[in-house]
Amino acid sequence: MAMKREITVTVNGQQHHSQVEPRMLLVHYLRDVLDLTGTHIGCDTSQCGACTVLLNGDSVKACTVLAVQADGSEVTTIEGLAPEGSLHPIQEGFWEKHGLQCGFCTPGMIMASYQLLKNNPNPTEDEIRKGLEGNICRCTGYQNIVRAVQYAAEQMRTAATAPVGAGE
Amino acid sequence: MGVAAMVGAPIKRREDPRLITGQATYVDDIKLVGMLHMAVLRSPYGHARIKSINTEAARNHPGVVAVYTSEDLKGAVGKVPVIIPLGKMTEGMGIRGPLAEGKVRFYGDPVAVVIADDRYTARDGRDLIEVDYEPLPAAIDVEKAMQPGAPLLYEEFGTNVPFAMHPPTEEIDKVFEQTKADGGIVVKQRIVNQRLAPTSIETRGVVADYNKGSRSLTLWSSSQIPHLLRDYLSAAVGLPQHQVRVIVPEVGGAFGSKLNVYPEELVTAFASMKLGRPVKWIEDRSEALAATIHGRDQIDYIEAAATREGKVTGLKVYGVSDLGAYSQMFTDVIMIGFGYPVSCGAYDIKHLHLSGDIVFTNKAPTDAYRGAGRPEAAYIAERVMDLVAHELGKDPVEVRRINFIKPDQFPYKSAAGAVYDTGDYELTLNKALALVDYQNLRAEQARKRAEGKLMGIGISSYIEICGFGPKGTLPYGLYESARVRVEQSGTVMVYTGSSPHGQGEETSFAQIVAEEFGIPIDSVMVIHGDTDSTPEGRNTYGSRTTAVGGSAVFTAVQRLKEKMKLIASHVLEANVSDVALEDGKFSVAGAPQKSVSFTEVATAANLSNTLAPGIEPGLETTVFWEAEACVFPFGTHICVVEIDKDTGEAEIKRFVAVDDCGRQINPMLVEGQIHGGIAQGIGQAMYEGVIYGEDGQLLTATLTDYAMPLTTELPSFETDSTVTLTTVNPLGVKGIGEAGTIGSTPAVSNAIIDALGVEHLDMPYTSEKLWKVIHQK
Repeated sequence: MAMKREITVTVNGQQHHSQVEPRMLLVHYLRDVLDLTGTHIGCDTSQCGACTVLLNGDSVKACTVLAVQADGSEVTTIEGLAPEGSLHPIQEGFWEKHGLQCGFCTPGMIMASYQLLKNNPNPTEDEIRKGLEGNICRCTGYQNIVRAVQYAAEQMRTAATAPVGAGE
Repeated sequence: MGVAAMVGAPIKRREDPRLITGQATYVDDIKLVGMLHMAVLRSPYGHARIKSINTEAARNHPGVVAVYTSEDLKGAVGKVPVIIPLGKMTEGMGIRGPLAEGKVRFYGDPVAVVIADDRYTARDGRDLIEVDYEPLPAAIDVEKAMQPGAPLLYEEFGTNVPFAMHPPTEEIDKVFEQTKADGGIVVKQRIVNQRLAPTSIETRGVVADYNKGSRSLTLWSSSQIPHLLRDYLSAAVGLPQHQVRVIVPEVGGAFGSKLNVYPEELVTAFASMKLGRPVKWIEDRSEALAATIHGRDQIDYIEAAATREGKVTGLKVYGVSDLGAYSQMFTDVIMIGFGYPVSCGAYDIKHLHLSGDIVFTNKAPTDAYRGAGRPEAAYIAERVMDLVAHELGKDPVEVRRINFIKPDQFPYKSAAGAVYDTGDYELTLNKALALVDYQNLRAEQARKRAEGKLMGIGISSYIEICGFGPKGTLPYGLYESARVRVEQSGTVMVYTGSSPHGQGEETSFAQIVAEEFGIPIDSVMVIHGDTDSTPEGRNTYGSRTTAVGGSAVFTAVQRLKEKMKLIASHVLEANVSDVALEDGKFSVAGAPQKSVSFTEVATAANLSNTLAPGIEPGLETTVFWEAEACVFPFGTHICVVEIDKDTGEAEIKRFVAVDDCGRQINPMLVEGQIHGGIAQGIGQAMYEGVIYGEDGQLLTATLTDYAMPLTTELPSFETDSTVTLTTVNPLGVKGIGEAGTIGSTPAVSNAIIDALGVEHLDMPYTSEKLWKVIHQK
């Protein structure tokens, strides 16, 4: 077993000091050490995107980032996307448009959608599909996920305030 | 929204708030005090003899608590259950213990387990186990595996074929001869339904927690079958049933793959019982692709006779089902038991001959994957229609019309012996044709062809069988159960024996209850997936949950309504037969001004002080509902493709689906099921396939290699529906979980084949394959 390293990571606005093995994946750090189990593991090889989180505001697949690589960074997970008791427009969109069934890919899909809408607040269907190509859903056939993101884009455009939370 | 309009309303899912906020609990989210982690050592060979296993280094590794092989399990853990063993399987062929004994028979076959303090250490320990294997030739090609001289998985049986079905052919031969003598045609084709990996995004996982004090075992599993798992688990580990509790937490997709009792569930239970500590095992993706069941893998030799008009007079099917190395719960009966009964599809084919072999090979076990036998059957029927149309130069629409079972023929007993409940197949066909604008589409195709472009239109007017039961289908009853309790406050608890895992019955079952009681949906809570709190159920698979489980809920509500009317009649001083429940109020017909509310009756029943003499306190009932017959959903899917001649790349330009699943409790959920089903059906046709090398190596062992459809590879689907009620349950509902998968694959296949102008081409339609056909390489 390798020597543990000390890391400091700010997750959903809260700072954590931890001792971790250098090989520990960020996703295991979030799930097993910090008990933030909303981020899921689907494939271990960065294909499915179930583990997508924001690292310093950009989406990454947490199954291929080491916890030590996140040292000194800010991480936002699904638990921190919206303030307690409220929903982010993307979360609302997935609920409104039946954009999920089993829900397992959903947190990663929502985080990837966040990145997509940050870069392109008014995406076409093709742009949404292209933007979410790195996230696999086995339940929905994606159509309602596209509708969910369109709904969120509409809400976010019409909202007077900027999207809240999200580690920026 | 008025409460009376609950059934049929697209209510947003009540499951979603926890799922979209990261607050749901899947099995890997469970953390118990003192919990250990298990890693599984699997065979790197398709077929090999185990000469020795050295676990010493693993045992001595810091943090490793235990290492187990099949030796340790002897006498302590039973076999992996098989529901209906056929032929030589009744003598033990293909039945396995949880860990390999003497031989490994597929890549991924579990050999040993390591239990350690954390998941990383468990893997470290696993890597320290030394197994000395003697590799053996593998039986991979299923048709070669049937031949004499093929490598044998079970030498003592002298064959890889545990069961074969070859009835005499005289009668069907006569039909074929007569048809030919009358100037008709015979079409023949070998068609392959390739092996698929179900690939729910959540892999399998289990936490076992044995309490040595109470001698009771609690097992959390990502499973479709809490009750079946509890029953088999208790037998396998030798604990009385009441000392085993199975809890199914949130399940991240299953598609049939979690309709099984798996070796890892038995071993974690054993380990926890041995160690007296909780043990968790979470499958990684490569393990899932190697060792969770696969689906399909069936070859069919089909032969159909038809008149010059296109009316099919006889159908002959010889099927070969690739079982893989062992039987899981339904492995051996997928083709014969679930597929063959609907092999004539929506068509009135009077003469049918079915034969087949089921064969063990050095691959992962196959079992129920979304559709389980019915996609293969639909593929047979829908390819037959197009083969006949192709041979006669007729429009495939016309061939389907002339062969359809007509609405006045229901209930219809097919040549396969299945009794179809209700149907109107031309209705969905006509609606789909209108939606796609078929005549203009064919004209467009003609124009494109003239320009040298490859455009294809494929039709599939599928049917399927679901809602299992009825009684007698399996060795156990296929009922479903519901316990419904009206609380003192007027809220309602529903405990269902079904085990939904993404389909949304926490919402749709609540809709049924809210509508029937005339109360707000927020007053209803649906509980599932815990054997301690729910009545014995048969759980969720085979598109049966709403048809069978929903009927149990509906029936329980009716019983409670009767009791509530009786209580209300005393308050209203009226005859019980005159009391009606409307909008949450009990009143006497014609005198609505005097009423007693649903909540008042609930309070009276539960407090009991004010009840009339002779009325039992409380408002709770349990119903076990068993169907008298199966239901047969149907629909028409139309796929439009274009193939790039230079690259061989096929693009689905349009996909139209008109499905009929009877009454829709929640059309939004129905549409969601159709979307997902179509996506998986397209996945089979276009992209997916589990591939093994000749030596038994798995070549599709990560999601880099196993190609599930991505966002950019699917179109938006154009969906619509018709409603043809069933008569076999009180809700009039059929099933929709698998229909999309069953209907879509043949539509894509027929479209590609139409575009290429060939007689047949096996799936998946990769660019390379299509390019080779186009360029005749």
